[in-house]
Amino acid sequence: MVFVEFKDLTKSYNGQPIFKKVRGTLEEGNCMVITGPNGSGKTTLLKILAGLIRPSSGEVRIKVNDHWLKGEERNDYLGFVSPDIFLYDELTASENLCFFAKVRGLPVYEEKCRQLLEKVQLKRWSNSLTGTFSTGMKQRLKFAFALLHDPYLLLLDEPGSNLDDEGRGLLGEMVNQQKKRGAVILSTNDSSEVALYGDQVLRLDPEGWGSS
Amino acid sequence: MVTRSSGWILKVGALLNKDFKGEFRTRHALNSFLMFALTTLIIVSFSLGPYYLDAVIHAALIWIILFFSAMAGLARSFVKEEEKGTAYALRLSTVPEIIYLGKFTFNLLLLLLVAAIVIPFYLFFLSPPLGNPFLLFLTVFLGCLGLSATTTILAAIVSKASVKGNLLPVLAFPVLLPLLITAINGTQMALEGSPLREATSEMQVLLSFSVIMVTLSLLLFNYVWEDG
Repeated sequence: MVFVEFKDLTKSYNGQPIFKKVRGTLEEGNCMVITGPNGSGKTTLLKILAGLIRPSSGEVRIKVNDHWLKGEERNDYLGFVSPDIFLYDELTASENLCFFAKVRGLPVYEEKCRQLLEKVQLKRWSNSLTGTFSTGMKQRLKFAFALLHDPYLLLLDEPGSNLDDEGRGLLGEMVNQQKKRGAVILSTNDSSEVALYGDQVLRLDPEGWGSS
Repeated sequence: MVTRSSGWILKVGALLNKDFKGEFRTRHALNSFLMFALTTLIIVSFSLGPYYLDAVIHAALIWIILFFSAMAGLARSFVKEEEKGTAYALRLSTVPEIIYLGKFTFNLLLLLLVAAIVIPFYLFFLSPPLGNPFLLFLTVFLGCLGLSATTTILAAIVSKASVKGNLLPVLAFPVLLPLLITAINGTQMALEGSPLREATSEMQVLLSFSVIMVTLSLLLFNYVWEDG
């Protein structure tokens, strides 16, 4: 079981606030959509939830199976897809997934990597260098990277960008499957995605105040 | 969620394997290393070849070449992770200590490879006396250990800076000064043929320096690696 709570999150860069006092909770089986205009801090908020950057104030708490996660424990339970996360261009798709599985310490990974490449429809290119992939193919590989360890919480930052219709279908299927396993937090500006996935909607307005 | 094993050696090995695979496909660091080392070696051999040089001068020249070669190549280990945007994927996948140990081992092996190429060429071109080859090997190994341990943590700091290019030698030089002076002394003694027992204190300093740097780096790396 997964439960996410963030309280009074504020982030400033060089004294300039990005957002202030953002709060929310998310329970298992739900998808929270974070929306707002460009520069409202959607990506920054997701990075804070993933533990990649620290908030200026406020806190994020994630509970898995009645255990509050501490520090890097969080990495074992969440998957993150973001335009700011890149995989290794000099490795093939399969090598990328196997590397991240090994470095995570997953005991059995080869079959899992094969299944994920098939799921994101990249099996045909599993031995091609990632550097030769189109932006959409790289996005699909990022989905596989995020799902490698079967995370309870999936964070998706603008996941529909650069995807074709088939890719968007894959995204919908992924979000629905993830809701059965845990929860999803997704950021988007696309109103159709807000309507489609948003069990809960968090709007970051230009003044930087989050409201559910 | 899948159960995971926590074997540090396997994880460090995976990182090392990834870095070597990437390096041998792109050859960024190795090319920088070797181009710098061989160019300097050729300039030194042309300009100083006809003259008789003391063992201390030879020792200093060997370490100048190794130090600047390390500065030219080792900064890439972290800079490329930040520049190519792969640092976040690594941060999400493993603990900082694994990343430090993986990068340190990669840098050490790369530096030893460069030393294994540069030193035989130096001995061939400049023909210094080689009284105690084992002591020379030990000094170079321990010197490279300290050099890579220090350069790895400093490269992680430099990778966060906006001006990455020339910052590493400036930051590294004061920290590495005790190591370089001791390594030059040890190399001088090796060239002069001193027995190992006479160089015990130099070897102890080199080993202690490396142990201190690795320990400090493991303690501090978390803060360096995290974004603000």
